[in-house]
Amino acid sequence: MLQAHNLECTRGERVLFRHLEFRLGAGELLRVEGPNGSGKTSLLRMLCGSLSPTAGELRWQDTDIRKLGERYRAVLAYIGHQNGLKADLNGVENLQLSEAIAGMPVTAEAARQALARLGLAAHAELPVRLLSQGQRRRVALARLAFRARCPLWVLDEPFVALDTAVVPEIAALLAAHLRRGGMVVYTTHQEVPIEAAEQRVLRLGQAA
Amino acid sequence: MNQPNTAATLDAHAEMPEPRLGAAFLAVVRRDVLLAMRRRADLLTTLVFFIIVASLFPLGIGPEMNVLRVIGPGVLWVAALLAAMLALNRLFAADFADGTLEQLALAPHPLSVLVLGKVAALWVTTGLPLVVIAPLLGLQYDLPAAALYTLVAALALGTPTLALIGAVGAALTLGARGRGVLISLLVLPLYIPVLIFGAGAVDAVMSGLDAGGHLSLLGALLLVSLVVAPLASAAALRIALD
Repeated sequence: MLQAHNLECTRGERVLFRHLEFRLGAGELLRVEGPNGSGKTSLLRMLCGSLSPTAGELRWQDTDIRKLGERYRAVLAYIGHQNGLKADLNGVENLQLSEAIAGMPVTAEAARQALARLGLAAHAELPVRLLSQGQRRRVALARLAFRARCPLWVLDEPFVALDTAVVPEIAALLAAHLRRGGMVVYTTHQEVPIEAAEQRVLRLGQAA
Repeated sequence: MNQPNTAATLDAHAEMPEPRLGAAFLAVVRRDVLLAMRRRADLLTTLVFFIIVASLFPLGIGPEMNVLRVIGPGVLWVAALLAAMLALNRLFAADFADGTLEQLALAPHPLSVLVLGKVAALWVTTGLPLVVIAPLLGLQYDLPAAALYTLVAALALGTPTLALIGAVGAALTLGARGRGVLISLLVLPLYIPVLIFGAGAVDAVMSGLDAGGHLSLLGALLLVSLVVAPLASAAALRIALD
């Protein structure tokens, strides 16, 4: 279970949010909403431990995530608004290397299948720099196929730049993760229905 | 609502396989070597720079064998040192820009080990070629065979240290404006011991002394930076990502 207690975030002089409380259990979906600049990305990066909260704490199974360190990062899958892909490598290479770096190597065949599921079968061997924005996003999201072992998925604008054909595919991926007891925290400006037993919304940018 | 289910799944997650650190380290090395191979122009820059700088001195000074023999070791080391610095700018900056650095930092491993993988790849692609080509360039300075062997040994011990120290500089200046100049200011003073003992080893052999002492000191510098530099770089990277 992930728990945020009295979380506060300041960037420069500006307070983005304070006294933020929420808890997220197995199978729960949390959508973070708010206008641009309200601190959605900052909150997600805090959940990953990349950004330290100005005040308050985040707990995973009742332990501060800063104390858990690597053990917390092992339960986490994060896809930021940057795709985290190497432009000179192709989709298969990118997937294989990023999964090996995450500690669980996958075969080229498995990587190819994950890409094919997101409609990239014909582009799997092309350097990522030749792909369109939406296709790159798909390569980044294909990682999720190998992250079933990570209970907590943190996704920053997963649907941005995707065409309408592939959005339901990603939504199904998220729904499957929730069904097996995973948790998903995400932000989006698009209305995408995701099947979830427990769906919650966190609105940022209202507290002054 | 699905409480019974919850406990079962959390147990399943508790038994999840241990992430493999060795595989992750090798993946980082392979990734960076692969990327360097795809951008061969960047690789050649370092090597060509080294060759040109080391070749300009004999041309500028003329065929004064005695002078060349005296300045040879120092010039070759200074050229190697400056060449090693050229590649530092891109070491973390490219990964920072495309978001892969953040993914590295979120991998379930000590970031210092992954940084060590990046430095290893940096050395293989930019340091090792310098070590290999150095004896050829040494011929221009009329260095005797024994001095050339020592030069190779000293460079083989010294260039990994340069890469390790350089990584700290690259990590500390990540995201700063005017990074190129800043890295030189930070890193060049720290390169001085390597320069002194590296050139000293070759000088010693040329004056008929044993280079063992110098080489041991280079080895010691390498061991210390092998332990300290990845930790320092990883800490600096976490600050840059915050």
